[in-house]
Amino acid sequence: MSLIATLARLEAVSSGRAQPAATVRHRHLSDRPLVLVPLTTAGEAGAPLGALVGDDRDAPRLLVVPQPRDRDLRFAFLAELADVVLPFIDSYADAVEAAERNETDPETGKRVKVEVELCADAPQLIVPSRAGIEFVRLLGRSMRFRRTAEQDPETPHPAPPRVPLLGRWFTHYGERARVPGSALLLALTDVLSRHWATGQSTLEDQHLGALLAWIDPPDGASGAEAALRAELARDAKGQLLCPPAGPATDPAFDNKLLAPAIERFNRARTAHAAAEDGESADDRLGELTAAERELYALVESRTRPTWDAVWHGLDLLRTLPEGAHAVDRWTRDRWSFTGHRDRVIAGEPPQPRRDDAVTAANKLATREREQARLEAQEALDDPLVMAGRRLSGEAFAGEVIDVVMTYSEGKRPSPRPLVTVRTDDRPQLGERAKVYRSLGGKPQAAEFVGHENSPEDGPGAEGSVIVLRVVDKMGRGKEPEAGSVPEKGDLVCFTLFEHEQRGGAKLPDADQTPWTHGGPPGEQTTTATLPEADPVTEEDVL
Amino acid sequence: MPLPRTPGTALRQRLAELRGPEVPPKALDARALAALAANPGCKRRAILDGAGVNKATLASALGSPSGFGQSQFALARGNTFEARVKADGGAELLRLVHEKLDPGAVPPAEAEVPDLTATGPEGRTARTALALRDAHLARTDSGTGGWTLLDHPMLALDVAGSPAFLEPDAVVVHPDGSWTVVEIKSFPMLDGSADPAKVGAAARQAAVYVLALEEVAARLTEGGAAPEPTVNHRVLLVCPKDFSNLPAASAVDVRKQRAVTGRQLSRLTRIEDIADTLPEGTCFAPDLPTAELTAAVESVPAEYAPECLSACELAFHCRDRSRAQGAVTSLGRSVRADLGALTTVDDVLAAAHGRSGDPADPTVAALRRAAALRAEALNTTGVSLPAPELPFPEGAVCR
Repeated sequence: MSLIATLARLEAVSSGRAQPAATVRHRHLSDRPLVLVPLTTAGEAGAPLGALVGDDRDAPRLLVVPQPRDRDLRFAFLAELADVVLPFIDSYADAVEAAERNETDPETGKRVKVEVELCADAPQLIVPSRAGIEFVRLLGRSMRFRRTAEQDPETPHPAPPRVPLLGRWFTHYGERARVPGSALLLALTDVLSRHWATGQSTLEDQHLGALLAWIDPPDGASGAEAALRAELARDAKGQLLCPPAGPATDPAFDNKLLAPAIERFNRARTAHAAAEDGESADDRLGELTAAERELYALVESRTRPTWDAVWHGLDLLRTLPEGAHAVDRWTRDRWSFTGHRDRVIAGEPPQPRRDDAVTAANKLATREREQARLEAQEALDDPLVMAGRRLSGEAFAGEVIDVVMTYSEGKRPSPRPLVTVRTDDRPQLGERAKVYRSLGGKPQAAEFVGHENSPEDGPGAEGSVIVLRVVDKMGRGKEPEAGSVPEKGDLVCFTLFEHEQRGGAKLPDADQTPWTHGGPPGEQTTTATLPEADPVTEEDVL
Repeated sequence: MPLPRTPGTALRQRLAELRGPEVPPKALDARALAALAANPGCKRRAILDGAGVNKATLASALGSPSGFGQSQFALARGNTFEARVKADGGAELLRLVHEKLDPGAVPPAEAEVPDLTATGPEGRTARTALALRDAHLARTDSGTGGWTLLDHPMLALDVAGSPAFLEPDAVVVHPDGSWTVVEIKSFPMLDGSADPAKVGAAARQAAVYVLALEEVAARLTEGGAAPEPTVNHRVLLVCPKDFSNLPAASAVDVRKQRAVTGRQLSRLTRIEDIADTLPEGTCFAPDLPTAELTAAVESVPAEYAPECLSACELAFHCRDRSRAQGAVTSLGRSVRADLGALTTVDDVLAAAHGRSGDPADPTVAALRRAAALRAEALNTTGVSLPAPELPFPEGAVCR
């Protein structure tokens, strides 16, 4: 944590309210995000208990698994989830715009521009917390290798038709969420704590209720009091007033409310199945329905507060103007979405269990590049982030106090103006270090020439005077284009880091890749067969 | 079998007084030990654990109940899975040990599963040590090399002067006489990898068992000339495979965790020394009035950090205190590390806003620069900053 962020937290402690940690919103927010508040069964992997899902804050869809250990009920839940999520995704898949992409022509080997489709917008998924993102990944993994009866008539427990497809989409979203700066799948706690500094530790910030209590405490209360209440307050029955944002539930809820309700459901179901005549079956069906309704009410009571909190958090985020570069990163998310849409349409198999070496290397390179891009873009969009970089000596801001025109040597002399900047910052400039400033959205480079003792101040005065030589973005002529060179009196901000990220070296072609990394020898036969399904437990219970 | 050095009668008496009359001691488990080692400087935790005080009850009595608890679903699932892994005399478990740790040995066609039942933890510890000695002697003396599975053995470890009783899921004696700790967990191993945080916790826990087993091994050969049995530093972690209840196993190297935990345990402040600093008559019995209890707890210093929230039942109580004192550590250990000698929120803010502190101090200078840059950034964008309270007049004298 930088000292500026620490200071913001301390100010939050003393003022009792969260303090701004950003002045603009650094993530794109869709006008119509799909919010998913899942709950899971303690101790089980991939056994959801229920969820609230939807894109309308007033009308969430409640999905419940009355007996999470029952395979058929779990499948029914996943099928219902697919019925909500997939139409939402599909509604974005058809609106496209034309875009260009560089591709290598397979015949000539030259880079050519190809006209391709790019989805005009992408479906955004919001979960309450980071654990929610992990749960989306887990659900994706548990679904994408399932077989439907259509794919494999022999399969012992066929999955409902659209479940494997949902698994592929969830996997894609979970994978994309690992790319820094992406916004396809967002955890609200992450986004909120990016923009506000609370008076508690980062660990405690993972609690959505406590985080919101600091950012927007209810009338009259301090953030600390409200957060404490959100974390710990329990009702007369010992239940948390602000249930955890999930997917894990509170053990007290499991033991006191959920377990008896599931037990009642089990009994009612057994009784119903054992009913001998129509009349008693009707009675017992009534009991079964009542038991089921009770479970629905329980799950809703634990998810609805989180659902409302998520939308409240989104409202708070929307009060911040979107950062200028957030839309650029969202465009990358749209490319990612379009790419996966195309893979699904093309009938490609689901994502493998483990990435091959080339895919893994590409993913890592992407994440590194996007991390650097995110850091640079956030600093350019937000003076508060830039302040952190200035504090650490990676940028400096100041006033231009002198501009001297010089020219490069050579046949065609180009302008190389010397710009003198006075700054209070202490940039860590090495000899001939490159620095950059943003000029109409494009980076302009300059070279560090040296420090100059400022005539007005005696030695030991705060700040320093830095001489820079501007080297590009001044047009082709002998004289620089108007506005391309800072003038005396201008306030400028230069960074020591680059504004745009270059891609690393390309990986070699498949036939040049060593066998250790998945290349030849041996023809890579892309088999059309499906990857193997997971082994299933024989008994119905997990 | 001699038990590990038991605390002197005087100390035992003292600890029993601290616990309160007629309060049974709560045994330390491996999880508590591993957590204790994570915050070795905390005297409060050391003395409470050492005296066998039930911290959950204590926390409730103090008015800051802990949020810990286990869902019965998780418990049921864990037990079912463990039973399944150990079914048929541990055939599947031994197969996994053979496959993952000792593929060169004879396949475990059949295995001895000695009976370890006895009354009380001391009895069970002695029974376990006996079974381990028998298995060891069978291999060194008569050279019969088979497999032995100890189901839920009991081990004792000397912690800061008082014995802690530990119960690993299983210990396997290999045909060559070496011992392996087996840890059965119910979190899934997905495509060969599991949640790193949970694996880390399991490894720390297993490391404590390895340390305890090494003490048993050392005592086995105390008088005799027979070579000491080796305790494998690779333990076997057994988890459900993917989304099923079929077991999958992986060998986990715990050398690092063993070294760390061993070091932390050895430098734990001795409980005797802490007990000596307590005022006469201090007692942590949960039926005492809250004020008295609070005073008793406050008489031992704590080292609160946010990490305690996931490890210690008393964390909420200590957090309240830490916040009330304005300690910056309540925001995280890294925060405190950045701030040098300034340990309270007020001190830091006063220094940052120029109300106190020596500008020549690098921490103070950095804070002031950070505060100035932050204010400048917020002003240029028009985001309102709350007026710093207690505005000092211009030219206020710096201390």
